[in-house]
Amino acid sequence: MKERLDEQTMALRVAKEFRDGMIINLGFGIPTLAANFIPEDIEVIFHAENGCLGYGPMPTTEEEEDFHLVNATGTFATPKPGMCFFDHADSFSMIRGRHIDLCVLGGLQVSEKGDLANWATGVGRPGNIGGAMDLAFGAYHLIVVMTHTTKNNEPKLLKKCTYPLTAPRCVNLIVTDISVIEVTSDGLLLKETAPGWEVEDVQDITEPELIIAPDLKQMAL
Amino acid sequence: MINKVVGSFDEAVADIFDGAVILMGGFGPANGTPSNLLRALARQGASQLTLAANTPGYGRAPEGSKPFRKTPPNYDDGGLLIQSGQVKKVICAFPGMNRPGMTAPLHQKWETGELEVEMVPQGTLAERIRAAKAGIGAFYIPTGAGTVMENGKEKRVIDDREYILEYPLKADFALVRAYKADRYGNCVYQGTSRNFNPVMAGAAKVTIIEVDKLVELGSLDPEVIVTPGIYVDRIAVRENGRKGA
Repeated sequence: MKERLDEQTMALRVAKEFRDGMIINLGFGIPTLAANFIPEDIEVIFHAENGCLGYGPMPTTEEEEDFHLVNATGTFATPKPGMCFFDHADSFSMIRGRHIDLCVLGGLQVSEKGDLANWATGVGRPGNIGGAMDLAFGAYHLIVVMTHTTKNNEPKLLKKCTYPLTAPRCVNLIVTDISVIEVTSDGLLLKETAPGWEVEDVQDITEPELIIAPDLKQMAL
Repeated sequence: MINKVVGSFDEAVADIFDGAVILMGGFGPANGTPSNLLRALARQGASQLTLAANTPGYGRAPEGSKPFRKTPPNYDDGGLLIQSGQVKKVICAFPGMNRPGMTAPLHQKWETGELEVEMVPQGTLAERIRAAKAGIGAFYIPTGAGTVMENGKEKRVIDDREYILEYPLKADFALVRAYKADRYGNCVYQGTSRNFNPVMAGAAKVTIIEVDKLVELGSLDPEVIVTPGIYVDRIAVRENGRKGA
């Protein structure tokens, strides 16, 4: 059994996509962890849907917890110089108006065309859309970070999503626990594989046929 | 003299009627939730309500069990009204999570068919509320085109992009939580407790504000007032200041 990357390592790989000056929105789960791995030499600003730009890291003590300062995942944040607040209408103007440079979301399924499904399975309870749909439609660049397969080892990278879509043709880059894949107009381009993983191993648990990048690399971690 | 301050939270919500559509501010744990107005509404008993909010709320955890999330003392959210059976429909972006052995009241009532749930993307929810306040008839929005959100809605291609037509969310009452207000209803907020609150202020026929502090006219800097008093009808003041929920 080959090793898969853990959540922290996936988040670390995601953070390598951060560039100096970017406005970044991080979704629930693994995306939020990426805030712990900002490269040292760059400055980025985090956007929270609930009306904050430039919040700082999670508090380390209970005294620092302020119910008037949480990020969009409902987690306490801390103040940071340059931080500002605004209301929800403004916050989503920033999102739909393409002012957010990079958004990182979790995913249930991604299609070879870059369709994303991440808010519901279409059966049972109503699901939670939150701000994901607006972000998927509005973010300038969208990274999805997720495990490559379901718990039952079924592919999550599919020819066509079977769950309700968050947005069609919105994903630019997929970071999984075994690969980094770019969505191109020709299909899914395999750019990196996790240590110990061969192209065939990745293809075996991916439904659409992967295009192999000429400069295919091992994931830099 | 203009004075929008009412004597109590109960007085503030006294005329909320059966079947009213209510906007409720707030996001995440506490964070701008008008807890006192919600408790007053639970006491008042109006039923068949439609509650529009980002997350209607988890209500009170059963005696002896841990609440869904960390909250400040004396906190209540819209889940209180769902638990009391006063809500027939919620309009929301994030119905909420569950945890093993504990189902949120919203999901319980939805599963038994007692509660209708209308899902709206968060930004569309904010814009539908803003549109109601701003006198907009309807608007085209990209969010949801090509997903189940477009079902039954008019679609149009503008500059090679698909948009769907969305209508304002018209409401009878807005329950808003602010930090400080003066008697004209000018308000300022605190941190991310701002969220939906200023969007909702003025978006319903009657806007009721729950504030931590009532301040003298003239003491709020005109340059930093977030909600101009024109949008506010009633102000009810908390006694215990900002530390309470």
